[in-house]
Amino acid sequence: MKVSLFVTCLADVFYPGVGKDTVEVLERLGCEVDFPEKQTCCGQPAFNSGYHIDTIKVAKHMITTFEHADYVVTPSGSCAAMLKEYPELLKEERDWEKRAEQLANKTFEFTQFLVHVLKIEKVDAELNANATYHTSCHMTRLLRETEAPLKLLNGVKGLNLEELPNREACCGFGGTFAVKMSSISEQMVNEKVMHIEDTKAEVLIGADCGCLMNIGGRLERSGKQVKVMHIAQVLNSQESLTKG
Amino acid sequence: MPMKIGDPSFDTRVEKGLKDTFMRQAVTSAQERLKLAKGKAEEELGNWEEWRSLSEEIRAHTLENIDYYLHQLSENVSKNGGHVFFAQTAEDANAYIKEVAQKKNAKKVIKSKSMVTEEISMNEALESVGCEVIESDLGEYILQIDDHDPPSHIVAPALHKNKEQIRDTFIEKKGYTKSSNPQELTLFARELLRKEFLEADIGVTGCNFAVAESGSISLVTNEGNARLATTLPKTQITVMGMERVVPTWEELDILVSMLCRSAVGQKLTSYVTGLTGAREEGDVDGPEEFHLVIVDNGRSKILGTEFQAALHCIRCAACINVCPVYRHVGGHSYGSIYPGPIGAVLTPLLEGYDDHKELPYASTLCAACTDACPVKIPLHEMLVKHRRNIAEEKRTTLSETFAMKGFGLVASSPALFNMSTRTAPFMLSPFTKDGSIKNGPGPMKGWTDIRDFPESKKERFRDWYKHRESKKGGGSK
Repeated sequence: MKVSLFVTCLADVFYPGVGKDTVEVLERLGCEVDFPEKQTCCGQPAFNSGYHIDTIKVAKHMITTFEHADYVVTPSGSCAAMLKEYPELLKEERDWEKRAEQLANKTFEFTQFLVHVLKIEKVDAELNANATYHTSCHMTRLLRETEAPLKLLNGVKGLNLEELPNREACCGFGGTFAVKMSSISEQMVNEKVMHIEDTKAEVLIGADCGCLMNIGGRLERSGKQVKVMHIAQVLNSQESLTKG
Repeated sequence: MPMKIGDPSFDTRVEKGLKDTFMRQAVTSAQERLKLAKGKAEEELGNWEEWRSLSEEIRAHTLENIDYYLHQLSENVSKNGGHVFFAQTAEDANAYIKEVAQKKNAKKVIKSKSMVTEEISMNEALESVGCEVIESDLGEYILQIDDHDPPSHIVAPALHKNKEQIRDTFIEKKGYTKSSNPQELTLFARELLRKEFLEADIGVTGCNFAVAESGSISLVTNEGNARLATTLPKTQITVMGMERVVPTWEELDILVSMLCRSAVGQKLTSYVTGLTGAREEGDVDGPEEFHLVIVDNGRSKILGTEFQAALHCIRCAACINVCPVYRHVGGHSYGSIYPGPIGAVLTPLLEGYDDHKELPYASTLCAACTDACPVKIPLHEMLVKHRRNIAEEKRTTLSETFAMKGFGLVASSPALFNMSTRTAPFMLSPFTKDGSIKNGPGPMKGWTDIRDFPESKKERFRDWYKHRESKKGGGSK
């Protein structure tokens, strides 16, 4: 199966490891992965800030970049949801709207693609750790995907998953919100960190680099020892986590 | 501006909210309790999503035909001997209500809970013509005697106060001598209020829904105060937002059920009251005169716009009860009597962006509100629409506009994107230490004030991929 990877700007620049692991897992499962190198960003920072004319430029560029793809797979629930927003964004331009719909229909978040398209619920992975999983708002409420990541994580050898209290609560990222309303964001991420600590997990797993950047950054700043991993890293893990 | 509350600066209000530990504890525990109760009520009803869709359909149909249903409502109220007044503005509504009070030579007005009367500042208007106005909803009563502390929640107005604070207010203002036990507090208020009910010349109520087919109004309470307010005084004035109408009792049944379950997790509240007109011959109680004031106050200008669904709101506060921002800043931070996600959508629609332009940004767009809404208002999408309006009206800061225009340019050009992500590690290297940034420059400050920012990697994913492809001997597209 041919898959085009939309790595997302955050993974490209800040978490290249997430991209590599995504590619390796997909290849291990028999996919042929292509990386259209003209890809940029889904446009969400501008869209959520209300700059829709500027977002349209980005959307058109992304539509063109992925036009040839059979499937577009991305290691982010939030960015996948943004790509699925393009038809609404371009509804005034009939031709573009149609092309946007085609892109939306073939776009899948990474775990969604594994479970719903490849029909795989268990990948050959091992991670000996106590972990907890952060559900992510856009994955849960915009993409409506709650099962795929958990199914896959349950199949990881050695992994013990503790449920995160108040797991449906936002971590306080919200893109520019984290910067614009930093003091509110701080309280939200503090609450998330508190719940993570309640689980006694050594590893926090998530499927969105945005949330992980926020929670991870706060954990780091507060000197907490919890390791943060993207689900692609977990599914590509072949070794036990060495405890310090 | 009547809807506005608290300090004029959003930042000051938020700062105050964040520091108020008592309030935050009270809000957190209320949110937990209400969320749990709502979840149980949804489960008990079954097919919640279908009920939501049906409720959305009812509200959408009613708003699409609002002129028809309001006409039908007013005809039927008149047929039943009631008086109907359409108030275009808050001033119009208050002028009419004052006139009724003066005609009746009213000295005392007893009120049941009503957000729309808060919105139009009716109490102040009545007080200006010498009426004493008494709130009979326990939460509203507490706030009223506490020097008119504004409501912080649309269903539980005194949510921001704990029982000890309420006890102290009762001690200070009303000579209370007992404990902070809620039962004792309530009994005390009940005795004080009973006297007020008996003395009141006019009863003022809000309106949860008006039924067009019969010209009736319905009220949902747990305290029974709306019943007393509509049976004892000789004159009744009901004030309703123009959108609060349902076609028939059948739709009322559905929406009341959704309202009670969503607001407090009850199948029904203790009292659901349906009132049709004034006292008729042979009736043993009820008012001699009934006035229905239908308030527009900016609502009709929302009709026909992309924000129309905001008028579907049935004021259950489910969105407020799940909002993580509200949880930490409390209701007063919004600076409007309508707080939380629905407040952030509605307030700028009713009063414009000038005083409320921060509200649409007081959200992470986590969409918990949209999911909680029993009539499926796409609240988080509406917040984005507000942001779009604010950006397009050039009300954002120059630096934000510059950054976003720049982003649009870079993210739609592969060459520029490539260049800027490649140079980012060098640009940020003076700020990077041990793999992270702790003191970011410019707009990054908001981030790094409270958390680390990851370093920008010299080998980006695309570099790794390209390298790997070239080693394989293939090439990427």
